[in-house]
Amino acid sequence: MIENLIKDLQSRFGESNIKVYDGSKQDTLTIDLSVLLELCHYLRDNELYYFDFLANITAVDYHPDNRFALVYNLASLVYQTQLSLRVELSVENRDKDNLPEVPSISRIWRTADWHEREAFDLMGIYFTGHSDLRRILLPDDWEGFPLRKDYEDADSYHGIPIKGE
Amino acid sequence: MLEKYNQGYQQYIDRIASVGSTEMVINMGPQHPSTHGVLRLELITDGEIVKEVIPHLGYLHRCFDKHAESMNYGKSIPFTDRLDYLSSMNNSHSFVMGVERMLGIEDKLPKRVEYIRVLVCELNRIASHLIAIGTYGIDIGAFTPFLWCFRDREHIMNMLEWASGSRMLYNYIWVGGLFYDLPVNFEDRCKDFVKYFRPKLDELDEILTNNEIFIQRTANIGVLPADVAINYGCSGPMLRASGIKWDLRRIDGYSVYPELDFEIPVGKGLMGTLGDCWDRYKVRVDEVRESLKIIDQCLDRLMSDFARLPDFDPRALVPKKVNLKAQSYYVRAENPKGELGFYFETQDKTDVPRRVKARGPSFNNLSVLPELGKGVLIADLIAILGSIDIVLGEVDR
Repeated sequence: MIENLIKDLQSRFGESNIKVYDGSKQDTLTIDLSVLLELCHYLRDNELYYFDFLANITAVDYHPDNRFALVYNLASLVYQTQLSLRVELSVENRDKDNLPEVPSISRIWRTADWHEREAFDLMGIYFTGHSDLRRILLPDDWEGFPLRKDYEDADSYHGIPIKGE
Repeated sequence: MLEKYNQGYQQYIDRIASVGSTEMVINMGPQHPSTHGVLRLELITDGEIVKEVIPHLGYLHRCFDKHAESMNYGKSIPFTDRLDYLSSMNNSHSFVMGVERMLGIEDKLPKRVEYIRVLVCELNRIASHLIAIGTYGIDIGAFTPFLWCFRDREHIMNMLEWASGSRMLYNYIWVGGLFYDLPVNFEDRCKDFVKYFRPKLDELDEILTNNEIFIQRTANIGVLPADVAINYGCSGPMLRASGIKWDLRRIDGYSVYPELDFEIPVGKGLMGTLGDCWDRYKVRVDEVRESLKIIDQCLDRLMSDFARLPDFDPRALVPKKVNLKAQSYYVRAENPKGELGFYFETQDKTDVPRRVKARGPSFNNLSVLPELGKGVLIADLIAILGSIDIVLGEVDR
């Protein structure tokens, strides 16, 4: 199935936008950011693929490069297939005012709502078009994004010492 | 911080500030007993009717992801036990399977190891479901089933403690094998337990499942249609109660599950609408019966074809060091609460992963609560929340 899927997607969204990612034993496609929304809609609604279940979204930090990746793990309950999508994000610097931006897919799969909030909270990735983007696991006034490899603990939080050993 | 990054928070503040004169904001939790842990729900209510539910998570956030990417794979296994601390075996089984598949040793494991893994996982599944059933009873106001469930669960805890040395957090399943073989006579004691437990389950049915008051409180409450369940990423009993036969033990057929004979219970809407709270409860009760079936078969195989041998070493394949090429892998397995997934991203020349993300079933199942909680009575919200069966250790990770 995967060969046909790739061919179909490449003819529809442009060959340069869809690439096979070879760093995994599972079927994984690297997707260009510009086609993400359209492609997700297509994968979910097309009768041939019907990826109706978004299992997981993971944000990965490639420190020291100024590069992040988002990985979407999809599954189809109808066809019992799995597919992973990768989106590579690069930023000029790691300033807290310069977060990488990705269109939110929470309108396509509601699962993405909380997963994107988590990625925003811990990895500092900004999802445009998300209806409720705020921190989810950490307090709303937390500073920084702890899952980034270059994160450094603050000395204290509201007077409570939190610096690690 | 740019203003737009703060916009979501500002929207939330504005929403709470703009509560009208007929509305009231009520905090439920984080110490409310029926939230099954430290979950805080902010309710916007109009009289007894809940207009909006805003869950606040993170009170039990213990940085699993960050922890796992600072040490090697074997050292993370005890932490996976603490994700969903009611079903530790299932958690570590899932994690370990992922590492084994990346190593490519998943087919080389001795059958005895696989059967023991499935046996302890199913025992743990029963223990987890017993908590779900018992505490659900107590949410609704039935106290006796709670005590019965805990009494029977204690037998399982004792057995697993005998095998692993620990009552709840086992660290029993290792990459490439097991901590130890089962203790001598474990199989017999397990058989006795199954014999003891079957009639208890019928008693439970009598006192709770078909209890008129219980049905009144749960049937037709919190109806979750199948399409909504899928779109919100619900899995496990949550999804099956909505009528979808989706069980990763069958779909993926991992470990030795293809060799075992069991049914997948789905919701049928017997007492009300398909996908209501009663269905979710019933699916769990049925799953306990199926797990007993699996345990029976595992015990038979463990006492005949794959019986204990004096020179059997369950640690024979445990790698000294997990040497992996840089790759990514998403592993999923059926936890008592649903699909537990681990996303791994490894790096070359080190046995420390670049990224591990746990996809907890409770986290995703809980995300549907704002949808289910719209327009229900406050008392029903407790019934709905209990039927989701969350464990905060996994929601917050």
